[in-house]
Amino acid sequence: MSLEVLGIIVLWIFLFGYVIVASIDFGAGFFNAYSLLTGRSHILSNIIQRYLSPVWEVTNVFLVFFFVGIVGFFPKTAFYYGTVLLVPVSIAIILLAIRGSYYAFESYGSRGHKGYAFAYGVSGLLIPSSLSVVLTISEGGFVEIVDGSPVLDYWALFTSPLTWSIVLLSIASVLYISAVFLTWYAWKAQDLNASELMRKYALTWSGPLMLMAAAIIIQMQEHNPDRFQNMISIWPMFGVSAILFLLTVWLLWKKRGLGLSVGLLILQFLFAFFAYGISHYPYLLYPYLTIYEGFTNQEMAIALVIAFIAGLCLLIPSLYLIFRLFVFNKEYVTGNQKDFHA
Amino acid sequence: MNESAVFWSRLLTELTLTFHIIYATIGVGVPLMIMIAQWVGMKKNDEHYILLARRITRGFVITVAVGVVTGTAIGLQLSLLWPNFMQLAGQVIALPLFMETFAFFFEAIFLGIYLYTWDRFDNQKKHMLLLVPVAIGASISAVFITIVNSFMNTPQGFEVVSGQLVNIQPLVAMFNPSMPTKVAHVLASAYMTSAFLLASIAAYRLLRGSNHPYYKKSLFLMMKMGLIFSIATAVIGDFSGKFLAEYQPEKLAAAEWHFETEEAAPLILMGFMDEEQNIKFAIEIPYLLSILAYGNPMAEVTGLNDFPEDEIPPLYIHYLFNLMVLIGTAMILVSVLYVAGVWRGWGFIHRPWFRWVTVLGGPLTIIAIEAGWWLAEVGRQPWILRGYMRTAEGATTSDQVDLMFILFCILYLVLGIGSVVVLRRMYRLNPIEREIEDRMAEMKGVGR
Ligand code: HDD
Ligand code: HEM
Ligand code: HEM
Repeated sequence: MSLEVLGIIVLWIFLFGYVIVASIDFGAGFFNAYSLLTGRSHILSNIIQRYLSPVWEVTNVFLVFFFVGIVGFFPKTAFYYGTVLLVPVSIAIILLAIRGSYYAFESYGSRGHKGYAFAYGVSGLLIPSSLSVVLTISEGGFVEIVDGSPVLDYWALFTSPLTWSIVLLSIASVLYISAVFLTWYAWKAQDLNASELMRKYALTWSGPLMLMAAAIIIQMQEHNPDRFQNMISIWPMFGVSAILFLLTVWLLWKKRGLGLSVGLLILQFLFAFFAYGISHYPYLLYPYLTIYEGFTNQEMAIALVIAFIAGLCLLIPSLYLIFRLFVFNKEYVTGNQKDFHA
Repeated sequence: MNESAVFWSRLLTELTLTFHIIYATIGVGVPLMIMIAQWVGMKKNDEHYILLARRITRGFVITVAVGVVTGTAIGLQLSLLWPNFMQLAGQVIALPLFMETFAFFFEAIFLGIYLYTWDRFDNQKKHMLLLVPVAIGASISAVFITIVNSFMNTPQGFEVVSGQLVNIQPLVAMFNPSMPTKVAHVLASAYMTSAFLLASIAAYRLLRGSNHPYYKKSLFLMMKMGLIFSIATAVIGDFSGKFLAEYQPEKLAAAEWHFETEEAAPLILMGFMDEEQNIKFAIEIPYLLSILAYGNPMAEVTGLNDFPEDEIPPLYIHYLFNLMVLIGTAMILVSVLYVAGVWRGWGFIHRPWFRWVTVLGGPLTIIAIEAGWWLAEVGRQPWILRGYMRTAEGATTSDQVDLMFILFCILYLVLGIGSVVVLRRMYRLNPIEREIEDRMAEMKGVGR
């Protein structure tokens, strides 16, 4: 495997990690707000607090890892994306900042008020929307090179149905992933009311999810025939993803194997995410930048790979530890333990 | 080039970094202070110190949160506002930036664990050990990011052949000449700042009528730490000056208002400069600049007149430099007096006026941090990558930076006010007297 491909795979894995952990976080915030509105907050908030509190900072680092890594392995992305993304990414940063700090203020500081919880929930949907615009832009057709600098055509971007389908898909994924995970987490916590509620949400969002995914593939045909061909040529991966999706929904429907359903859900997204990534190959920004043109020099690439391997040796045991303590630890999850918060 | 984009990009970078560095400094220094408090508590078997560690930890979570979100902002802004610079520099200095994210990971994970396992272990020591990776992670991330910054000041580890970067050596780039002094000075000043901030809080509570031994212990411990690290900061600061004389003479000359290259150069302290560059009200100390720069009263120090006019940094950095050194010296004095006073039983250190001086020490050291960074960064101008790329060449060409600047101003205002309000409320709702009572009741209940 060439270093270019290795680099992009590593980054893609971390982006995938971010998509999963952040979706759980964003969706949880939304469901919390929604249940406040419908007067059922007592059912969910406890579960959400227990899961999110110890891990929220870790979620953020996944994102940081991705954007620092991509500029490291592919410095030219800083030039192309840095120039065109100023507005959408700045908006995402501001939302992330408000959301993250508000979360800390709220859960460590003091109880806030309904309006905040509501804003918190909505921001959880706005952030994936603004970040998903990056993927839309990468499909090409929205960026032009003027006097040697890339320029984003906002009008074309915001009037394209593709943009909005991707935004809706990101929202549906966030809600679906989060609901499936929390169904299981609440079940483990022996909070059957919460689990049942989340199960209902999960089933509700499974339909829109598939609808949007299909819509995007169809729109791709018109927007970028090249990319559409690539997607068709790896249809088996999308197929596997679809089967996994059906299995997950079936398990949820039957209320069986909730732990397994989370595993299948992750696999489903893994297949879809990588199928999408492979169909994107070799472009980082269609049609201007490929992973080969954008790649850093050999020396730096090797240094980064070595640093990465060394880093993983530190990271994996630590991640294992935190998950064992707070996600897979029955005592903690059920809240039977005393509260050991500082 | 887009003049207004350059202007606003600079402003936005300055804004974000100036805000981030407050929380980042606390993030680097405070874990060490928590660790020391917990360790002293275990060694002396004194519940007060353990409580101190626990209470600092609670507040720390709030400052970390703001540090994390503003750090994410600056990390993305480096690419958004300086795409040309990142494209070039990324090829040579991406390694420490990349390693920094692992340090963050490490810190974030163990902070989460540490926070949620108070009293979970029967053995306090085990719990304290969890803090070690937090403190190391925080300090190492400061080391890595400071390495990136030192590379901007003294770039090396690559060659330019007909516009292309060749022969790139990532490790050589990392271990550049300004790295040792810069890293050491940044770390020492972060520990110093955190110690004086915590001392300042204790002094404030004592002034406000609390007479609890908890605060007295806290004040004394933090003043001792402050003393150690302020001396370290000053000593390393002196080395930083010697480094500048050797590798960035224009920065030193601008900071010292030293125009003519000469031997036995005098040091100019304070003073004001008018439009015609006449210096007024300054104190001139003969030989001292030569001593500071080379450790030799007769050494020759290069003056500003020997540099091309368009490569001289703004001369106002002299004020920043003086401010930083003044505060550093003052804080050494304050902490020496306090620590010696406790040992010798001097009464005046318990007087309100001295307490107020101690309270002031916290904000002052933050100001010193800001002054230091502004000195270092403005002193590098007009370069973004000294000798290779000018700041204006590194900037984005986007037209919307001004709007983003306004949005981020609002964001930092909200975060700044929010964090202060939340911190104050947190401690007011749970005063130390009450917490000690609760703690005693709890321990009796458990029968330990
Ligand atoms: C609590 C904060 C603090 C205090 C009291 C001092 N410094 Fe400092 N100084 C910093 C905090 C700082 C800093 C924020 O950490 C800087 C900014 C960039 C850097 O490398 O460190 C800095 C930079 C900096 C530089 C520029 C280095 C460069 O650009 O490469 C010099 C020459 C000094 N310092 C020297 C001193 C001296 C002689 C001090 C005597 C007491 C001193 N500093 C006290
Ligand atoms: C954390 C502490 C830092 C602070 C407070 C800080 C502050 C500043 C300030 C005030 C300027 C403006 C100089 C001027 O406009 O004349 C500046 C410039 C700059 N700094 Fe730093 N800096 C810090 C560290 C870094 C690091 C580690 C990097 C690189 C990775 C960096 C990248 C830049 C860039 C790209 C500029 C150019 C913008 C400009 O000149 O206005 N800074 N910084
Ligand atoms: C251009 C300069 C800088 C960049 C790009 C930067 C980047 C970042 C990023 C991305 C984060 C968030 C990490 C997370 O998600 O956990 C962060 C937080 C942090 N930064 Fe910065 N940083 C800069 C300057 C500095 C400096 C100069 C220091 C230390 C002196 C520093 C110390 C920290 C610390 C300790 C944190 C963790 C948050 C905390 O514990 O408070 N940073 N920074």
